[in-house]
Amino acid sequence: MFRNNALNLRCVCSPAMCSLALFPPPLPDGQVTLCESNNELISGASLDSAQKQEWDPPCLLFPRDALKSHSRLESSSRAAFLQHRDTLWMRSAGAWRDAGLCGLLNEIASSSEGEIPRWLTVGARFTLALLRWASSFHGYLFPHLTLSNEDMVAEFSQVLDWSDCAVRGFAWHPHTDRFAVALLDDSIRVYNAKSSITPTLKHRLQQGVAALQWKPLCASALAVACRSSVLVWHVDPTSLSTRPSSGCAQVLSHPGHAPVTSIAWSPSGSVLISASPVDTSMMVWDVAAESCVPLQRVGGGVSFLAWAPDGSRMLAATPSPLFRVWETRMWTCERWPCLKGRCQTGCWSPDGTRLLFSVQGETVIYALTFPDAPGESQGRCGGSQAAAVVADLSETSFSGPQGELRVGGEVHSLAWDPRGERLAVLLQGDPPARPAVIAVFKTRSSPIFELLPCGFVKGEAGAEPRLIQFHPHFSSGALLTVCWSNGRISHVPFYFVSSGGVRPGRGGSPPAPLSLGGTVDDGERRLYSELCS
Amino acid sequence: MLSCRQNHWFIRKVIWWRAAASIAWSVLLLPVTTALFVVLSRASLFHPIQWISESLSLLCGSYVIFSVLVLTGVILVVGFFNLEYCSVVPSIPCTKIALLGKFLRPYQFVHSVVHCIMGMVVAWCAAVMIGGRYSFLASPCTEEGRATTHQMCLNEHHFFFLMAGAFIGFSYSLLGVVINMDYVSFHTIQQFKYLRFKGALPLVVKCSAVQSLYYLRNYCIAYFFLGYMPRLWICTAMNLKNSSPIALDTVSGLLDFSLLYHLWITGTFLLVTWHNTMLLFKIYITEMCSFPVQSSFSEEAFQCLPTVLTGKQPIVLKFLALQDLSFLSQYSPSRRQEVFSLSQPGGHPHNWSAICKECLSMISDLTQRLTAYHEVVASNGRAKPLSASSDQKSSTSESSGMEEMAKIPRVSAVFQIPASVFQGSSVSSLHGYQTAPFTPEPDSLFTSPVMKHSMGVQRPFSPRYDSVQSPHVTRRGPKLWTSFTESPLNGSPQTPQASRAHVPNPPSTTHTSGFLSQWVHNRHEQVRNFLAKRVLIMYLFNKLPEASSQALFADTQAHIWALEGLSHLVVASYTEDRFGVVQTTFSSILSSMLNLQEAVDKHFKLPHASSKPAWSSYSLEDTTYKTLRFALRAALKTAIYRITSTFGQHLHAVPMSAEHRKRIQQFMEYKE
Repeated sequence: MFRNNALNLRCVCSPAMCSLALFPPPLPDGQVTLCESNNELISGASLDSAQKQEWDPPCLLFPRDALKSHSRLESSSRAAFLQHRDTLWMRSAGAWRDAGLCGLLNEIASSSEGEIPRWLTVGARFTLALLRWASSFHGYLFPHLTLSNEDMVAEFSQVLDWSDCAVRGFAWHPHTDRFAVALLDDSIRVYNAKSSITPTLKHRLQQGVAALQWKPLCASALAVACRSSVLVWHVDPTSLSTRPSSGCAQVLSHPGHAPVTSIAWSPSGSVLISASPVDTSMMVWDVAAESCVPLQRVGGGVSFLAWAPDGSRMLAATPSPLFRVWETRMWTCERWPCLKGRCQTGCWSPDGTRLLFSVQGETVIYALTFPDAPGESQGRCGGSQAAAVVADLSETSFSGPQGELRVGGEVHSLAWDPRGERLAVLLQGDPPARPAVIAVFKTRSSPIFELLPCGFVKGEAGAEPRLIQFHPHFSSGALLTVCWSNGRISHVPFYFVSSGGVRPGRGGSPPAPLSLGGTVDDGERRLYSELCS
Repeated sequence: MLSCRQNHWFIRKVIWWRAAASIAWSVLLLPVTTALFVVLSRASLFHPIQWISESLSLLCGSYVIFSVLVLTGVILVVGFFNLEYCSVVPSIPCTKIALLGKFLRPYQFVHSVVHCIMGMVVAWCAAVMIGGRYSFLASPCTEEGRATTHQMCLNEHHFFFLMAGAFIGFSYSLLGVVINMDYVSFHTIQQFKYLRFKGALPLVVKCSAVQSLYYLRNYCIAYFFLGYMPRLWICTAMNLKNSSPIALDTVSGLLDFSLLYHLWITGTFLLVTWHNTMLLFKIYITEMCSFPVQSSFSEEAFQCLPTVLTGKQPIVLKFLALQDLSFLSQYSPSRRQEVFSLSQPGGHPHNWSAICKECLSMISDLTQRLTAYHEVVASNGRAKPLSASSDQKSSTSESSGMEEMAKIPRVSAVFQIPASVFQGSSVSSLHGYQTAPFTPEPDSLFTSPVMKHSMGVQRPFSPRYDSVQSPHVTRRGPKLWTSFTESPLNGSPQTPQASRAHVPNPPSTTHTSGFLSQWVHNRHEQVRNFLAKRVLIMYLFNKLPEASSQALFADTQAHIWALEGLSHLVVASYTEDRFGVVQTTFSSILSSMLNLQEAVDKHFKLPHASSKPAWSSYSLEDTTYKTLRFALRAALKTAIYRITSTFGQHLHAVPMSAEHRKRIQQFMEYKE
């Protein structure tokens, strides 16, 4: 299923597409975005001045200093002990246990004279050099493999500046008013609308949480992507315990499949998919049975997963300039090579027919349309032939009371609300000059798909956004949850009446595909030039 | 059992062809593996050019071509055995003796013998292909350089190869029984056959290589001790002289690395080809099969989904039909439309009612099975609360708060792990610990010392108690759903506890049985108790942990699909069902699901039901049957949630009992 669709990244963009210049200027420091009402963003002096609803999600604050980072490595405790020379065999056995073959060879190569025969030392050194050469070659092909685990998670996480952020993950429950927050100290707290008990989840293996997600069609299961494995917690919603034991967690691990940077539950709740930039295969987990099926493709791993809400397709981004769109019926995939950089993030429209994504090194958002439901044509993704640019987010300057304010940059993560009306974009800044900001677009899918400017979401003074997510079933519009760099988690409601557009597909029965099939026909502007290659 | 003896249309038209296709592919793969084998068997790092050229010339030689032909025959036989022996429902032995019995059944015996012979044939081919000193069984004797042509000598290397082949073949057959290799499991996701094969191939090769290493070790040990016997026999039978310079059943003989390498390569080759055949067979058998929902021609009606679903035999057909149902309910709107359609004259929803009825009957069957099992266990373990509390008390005194510790004694109280095992794990109950595991002190075998304390010093094994109890015990017997339900010895480990538990209130049922039967029961119990005191018998008849729970859920994959299919269809009916055919059965679907939910919940409250088996990543063992009960639990909850989240407040309008309404309310609030 190879399709040679090169995204042309040098194309001249149409001037009519949405760009940041059309946005209302960002708020000055000291003002906070409270909500959207009557089509405009309303600001206030502080978060407390927002109007109350029937249930306000708690506005939480996790100060960075209050959380101790447990960035201890297994080997770092070694420094605390006195040095003691074991025999070489003891040391070798220990090295084999701790660090595998490389450790063993290292130990032998560094052994002193006379302990073992000379040829063994030389042989070990030679093998080690060969291994290093091979791994450097591998690292040359896939540079991300040379990163440490921690750096790799930081590189591919959807959280901006993951390694220094107090909140490392956030997940709304898909059906109820419940959410989980992963913190810097490797604990996870679960907040519930109807009870004041906030269970804290801790586990020996729960280190370096990169992502977390609740299982759909289930009350209790929460999957957590960790440094060494995937944990699935079963948090009993009726339990009064604040510290569920680690027996409540299932550990799903597979050799060579760590660190896990992205996880995705199928919308029908049947399988969980995990991806690691180190492992070339994605794992399809049957969580109840703790068994997995690897889906292997050539390449340097998988960094990001996003499942279409109707369950028919899945985006899998790789660390190399290539991403795949899987069709989830027979699990075949389409390859989409990009020219410039790797696919950083992506999100699906609620009906699963449109994919928005961004590419590293570029300041635009692309859209891909998948006109036909994959159910009928067996084993085909059925995508359009090329991606179209739908928004230009290049740097723009606004003049404000505090001088000129520059906004724009690469996209770090995208979030589309479940009704398909608002699109939040987290833009990487260049901290001293350009702060990271959240730009919110209104989206419209008929008569043509387009993005319209809505505004910038501003937090408290000095706080930069780190993570964005929409509430999955907010009744009167959309609710955007933002985690800020100062440890604040705030919720920005967007009140609007749904324009009766696309409704989320119910339980795997996708609604009829939209009439706008191709990108070119029936009057739609073609938003990109012909393929240059 | 996918037996080919059944003359069912599905077996004839589908299963046969699938098996044939899988065998054909294994045969096509054979030359590739053979070539690899030949190249690897000649490996010499220091003369690479010579190595390659020799291998190439050998590959075109008559020996290799002839061997490939012979090996094709082997593949055909192995493939035929796969077809005959594979099954979609695993057979799970509940006791050690049942496992032993599985080996001794005639058809398993045939399996072992045939695989033994096939292994020998493969080893012969391998020996011929490698050539050199392995080529022939008999060779003219050479004594100090000069050939004496009159007397033939045994070539022990060749003989060693043949025996190794037989040993590996036999081990393959034996291990197949232990790890249920003939169980065909269905994947959670659908993939094309080629991709599935490609994905599984590295694992097959790796496992075969490792397994071959283990077999080699075992074989060398066996040959070292017992090798002289078959050698002597073959020498006598074929009138050969045994005069090899180094006998292979000595340490120095076995330390021949080239021999061991060749043997290992041969073993790997054998296992790879056989495992590949098995893998291809499983992939082909579990491939989706699409049945038409309805047919306009009456002569094709027997192939339609509603008809196929309701049939009982062959079981693989039922599984594939249910898989198709679950698939169509998720992915195929047009076929769903057919399910919801009405019959043309008359306007009856025949398709839907047939499908729904079958699924519901399967669900209620499972519910009944679970309830009955629960009853049995609950009545068996009447002593449970007592022992559990006392054990907990004693163990928590030292390890307070550790749930795992507290669990172990409770587990043993019901499922009768030998007390010696359990004493090792629970630290506190050390009375008689030193003696118990080795000296067959009668009491300590069944009861933990804690129990003895709590029960006082009375001897619980005196036949009088048991004779009073016997009607209870025997009445309970057939309900156990273990493979050995009829065996009177099966219940023996349970007797003591159960009887002691009942002592305070002797049941009145004993009066109904006559004197003669009473006497028979007495004898029976005495024999039983006598046997129960013997360690070996105890060991053999003890229940394997979890096995009964696994056996209870052995065919649950079908129920999982039924639940998925039903729930997806019901959810799709929200928008797609124009005639409201689903609404007529909606409340019964909900209530049967909730009933099953209740039964499953109860089952998981039993000890041992919720413990997971150890998971091994690097083995070909298919452990999915061990975790089917967890999969069922998850699928059931998801199914109910799927319905409640779609229908939401409309569910209040559905008639159901107050209890179910309460339960549904829990689900609607996401509190389950």
